[in-house]
Amino acid sequence: MKTDAYEAVIGLEVHAHMLTRSKLFCGCATEFGAPPNHNVCPVCMAMPGVLPVLNRHVVELAIRTGLAAHSEIAPHSVFARKSYFYPDLPKGYQISQYDEPLCRGGYIELAARQDGEPRRIRLVRIHLEEDAGKNIHAESASLVDFNRSGVPLMEIVSEPDLRSPEEAVAYLRELRGILVAVGASDGKMEEGSLRCDVNVSVRPRDATELGARTEIKNLNSFRFVEKAIVYEVNRQIEEIAAGRRIAQETHLWDPEREVTRPMRSKEFANDYRYFPEPDLPPLIVPPDLVEKIKAEMPDLPAQQREKYARDFGLTTYEVSVLLGRNDLGDYFVNVLAQGINAKTAANWIMTEVLRAVNESAQPLEKAAPQPQETGALLRMVEDSRISLNAAKSAFAAMCRSGKGAQATVAELGLAQVSDEAAIAEACDRVLAAEGAKLAEYRAGREKLYGFFVGAVMKAMGGKGNPKVVNEVLRRKLAG
Amino acid sequence: MLELPAMAQEKISLEQVRHVARLARLELAPAEEESLRAEMSEMLGYVDKLNELATDKVAPTAQVGESGTPLREDAVTNHAAAEAMLANAPARDGFFFKVPKIIE
Amino acid sequence: MGSELNRLTISEARERLRRREITSRELTRDCLERIAALEPRLNAFITVCETEAMAQAAEADRRLAQSDAPSLCGIPLGIKDIYCTRGVRTTCASKILGNFTPPFDATVIEKLRAEGAVFVGKANMDEFAMGSSTENSAFGPTRNPHDLERVAGGSSGGSAAAVAADECLASLGTDTGGSIRLPASFCGVVGIKPTYSRVSRYGVVAYASSLDQVGPLARTVRDAAAVLRAVAGADPRDSTCSARPVPDYERALSGEVRGMRIGVPREYFVEGMDGAVEGAVRGALKRLESMGARTVEISLPHTDYAVAAYYLIATAEASANLARYDGVRYGLRAGADNNIELYNRTRAQGFGAEVKRRIMLGTFALSAGYYDAYYLKAQKVRTLIRRDFERAFESCDLVAAPVAPTTAFRLGEKTGDPLKMYLSDIFTISVNLAGLPAMSVPCGADEGALPIGLQLIGPPFGEEAILRAGDAWERAGGFARRAPQL
Ligand SMILES: [Mg+2]
Ligand SMILES: [Zn+2]
Repeated sequence: MKTDAYEAVIGLEVHAHMLTRSKLFCGCATEFGAPPNHNVCPVCMAMPGVLPVLNRHVVELAIRTGLAAHSEIAPHSVFARKSYFYPDLPKGYQISQYDEPLCRGGYIELAARQDGEPRRIRLVRIHLEEDAGKNIHAESASLVDFNRSGVPLMEIVSEPDLRSPEEAVAYLRELRGILVAVGASDGKMEEGSLRCDVNVSVRPRDATELGARTEIKNLNSFRFVEKAIVYEVNRQIEEIAAGRRIAQETHLWDPEREVTRPMRSKEFANDYRYFPEPDLPPLIVPPDLVEKIKAEMPDLPAQQREKYARDFGLTTYEVSVLLGRNDLGDYFVNVLAQGINAKTAANWIMTEVLRAVNESAQPLEKAAPQPQETGALLRMVEDSRISLNAAKSAFAAMCRSGKGAQATVAELGLAQVSDEAAIAEACDRVLAAEGAKLAEYRAGREKLYGFFVGAVMKAMGGKGNPKVVNEVLRRKLAG
Repeated sequence: MLELPAMAQEKISLEQVRHVARLARLELAPAEEESLRAEMSEMLGYVDKLNELATDKVAPTAQVGESGTPLREDAVTNHAAAEAMLANAPARDGFFFKVPKIIE
Repeated sequence: MGSELNRLTISEARERLRRREITSRELTRDCLERIAALEPRLNAFITVCETEAMAQAAEADRRLAQSDAPSLCGIPLGIKDIYCTRGVRTTCASKILGNFTPPFDATVIEKLRAEGAVFVGKANMDEFAMGSSTENSAFGPTRNPHDLERVAGGSSGGSAAAVAADECLASLGTDTGGSIRLPASFCGVVGIKPTYSRVSRYGVVAYASSLDQVGPLARTVRDAAAVLRAVAGADPRDSTCSARPVPDYERALSGEVRGMRIGVPREYFVEGMDGAVEGAVRGALKRLESMGARTVEISLPHTDYAVAAYYLIATAEASANLARYDGVRYGLRAGADNNIELYNRTRAQGFGAEVKRRIMLGTFALSAGYYDAYYLKAQKVRTLIRRDFERAFESCDLVAAPVAPTTAFRLGEKTGDPLKMYLSDIFTISVNLAGLPAMSVPCGADEGALPIGLQLIGPPFGEEAILRAGDAWERAGGFARRAPQL
């Protein structure tokens, strides 16, 4: 951010596609990839006279999410109609929840950063609503596909408690972790399973009132969320510094030019005319259902982090890296299964594995060897069959070739020599060649020890087992 | 004292009629705007009688059926019938519904 | 004219079909002939389904030839053109749906098909059920069979006129503010508006979702009870539909009203009401008293506010329900260069004046700054009206009242004054706001031989009580149905 005189105030509205087989109000499939207008029926096409019937699983997933986010699960919640006209909105209204949502309040705790306290980001609400269809803009016309019309969405609305772009991303990651853990969403932002609207305002650091905010619509990656907020905060600070006022408006993120720009102003201000959906009686959640769901709650990210720290003796930082991605936790556990020390495995994953992922820009399963193979490689290090350096070269080769640890180590000839006779023979050769230095050492110049180690290793082409080399060399030097 | 012009007794202005018509997506001819203003004014004047009733402590009734929405099992029960769904389309392009180009 | 089987009641026809004295094909053919003869004058149907009906009749005859055919097997019915019928154009009397053919059946249509019923046609109505006279139809008004210069009542005017004129044995209508009872009263037939949630609304084009209810029109209470039983009951596709078991309504028709307490609301006998209407209703009550029923005076103090509350709630819901008619997926589409124009023009060209009026009023009542003063206020008054009835039913088993303050009015008489038209529903609207069952049963005629309806209102799910009282009145002589002179 450009200046410390201002503070950013950020709130997020996250829309999550829910993991269900069928749509929110009809029995059409939710799967992606069907040809246009194939996952549709009279209900999600809003033919005359059709009526909605609520999907039980959607309610259960939302309750799970609400419980994970410490929300109050409302025993009585109400669906409402939100009216606006758009070709992809077949009924001319969206069925959503308005003033009486299913989950109210709550918070999401962000993992402590190295310096400070854990931060609680309060939630306003979590509610259920239906997705719209999709408009495709062709040359001279627009084309409408209703396959997504009626797919269940959960909208998670935070209070404006976030204070920086980094914190917004951390919140989003934590929220995604929770959604994935409870099975409510697959969390795949890049595939559109999570979409995020960001409300941003800035204010002088000592101010208590909120400034005018802009809403940035439909961000679909962590990177865009961060970049859009950085851009928008800077833009607003510049505007204020130049004595201009911030207009309360909706912006779109332009990922090509990396700027936000106001949506072409609508014909008139939105007036959604919300009113209770007369086709759906209120949703009554019996207390025993909440208790049942509570009893079946899976481990949440925070609990998982605690467990990792406790069971594996890892630091907060190590845990946060391992559990910061969907895939590293499992990878780690599978490496451990080869009998590898947790610290060793964690360090290796945080350095070598992540480097491979970053350098290849591929998903983990493509960028790095199978965790079993990585485990086998580390096993060789622990058994002193190869050196740590050799393991690093072998790993790099495995990433490229996709071959196993055993084969790669053999192919590159990296196996360590631990055979005492072979090492003794090398020591003898070195001592014979370096008679002058040997005399000096024996006269008390013990600093020369390192020189001899180096020379023996060199003589062995770097493959000598350091532990055995040391043992044999000390013996020989002692005479 | 001047008499109030008749217009002042109208419950809704021509501007409001136009605004509501925009919300409702109805193109109105000028004559229609005029008659709707008059008819809506009469109707709104009539419904003003509701204000004779004190309702501060009365809960609203949105529905009169039985309480609690039923829940259906999460099962795919519909099979693709794209042609049947598209059969009434005023304009289509393959399996898509076609509309004039949308301007955001 | 031949055998005139079309004049039979369902009870009579059912018996004769069962005894193989007649066939459904003969019965259906007589109805279709009657339709062909009268329609040019009556206009009770938007679409006549001759081919489909004869095929259904043939199928019904096959079922009747085997034992235990369902109770409506082979019975020719008229269906208000508000019900989605697979493969048969469903217009809701609107230009905007003029070319719409649903790919699915309404639940009640599905149930009637399973019963083996025959559908002779899609009956005329006020566009989107908005009206009290069936003059608001894009297909021209339906005329009253008792006087072709008068309205049939609305919005189910076609359904009522068709039954009154013997074009079919019974029909389905819908009632949002009186749309079954008013035309039943004006045309001299029986019409039932069941308890809200008693019958599925799935596939019934929505006008005002919290008020709409499906119901039968027929020539006798027993016939209406038979059709109601066939269509009522749970529907997994309608979240507002009750799962309560459906009683065998015909079994409730014991003819016995002894000890029945009939509430007579003082607010329903107002100044300015037709003397003949009051006379006929009071006469019927006297008769029921002579049969052992007791009348008690009751008060429904918020009656006078019902029309106002109704027109805010119904139009608000309608403004959203009718948003789907946008020219994108089905129905009329106007030429346009962009999508805003597409909406504005399609809807301007597709909807009639009354529909536009109600969309406008409803949109306004929900719009920012007006919601509390109009829509929410009306919902609160709805609570008061509901409580009136709850209190009344503490001292009576059913309520009796006129259906309308007048008999059928002349075509065009009220079309220039929407508010005056709305006030035709003054005695029927409260029932919809409270979600109660009610019935119109013929109880007399005025000096011009125009029918008058007696309204019987029950507590929630009190259909059996009102049917029993209506049937008892019919058995005691009731009002001898005068066949319209056509
Ligand atoms: Mg939303
Ligand atoms: Zn569907």
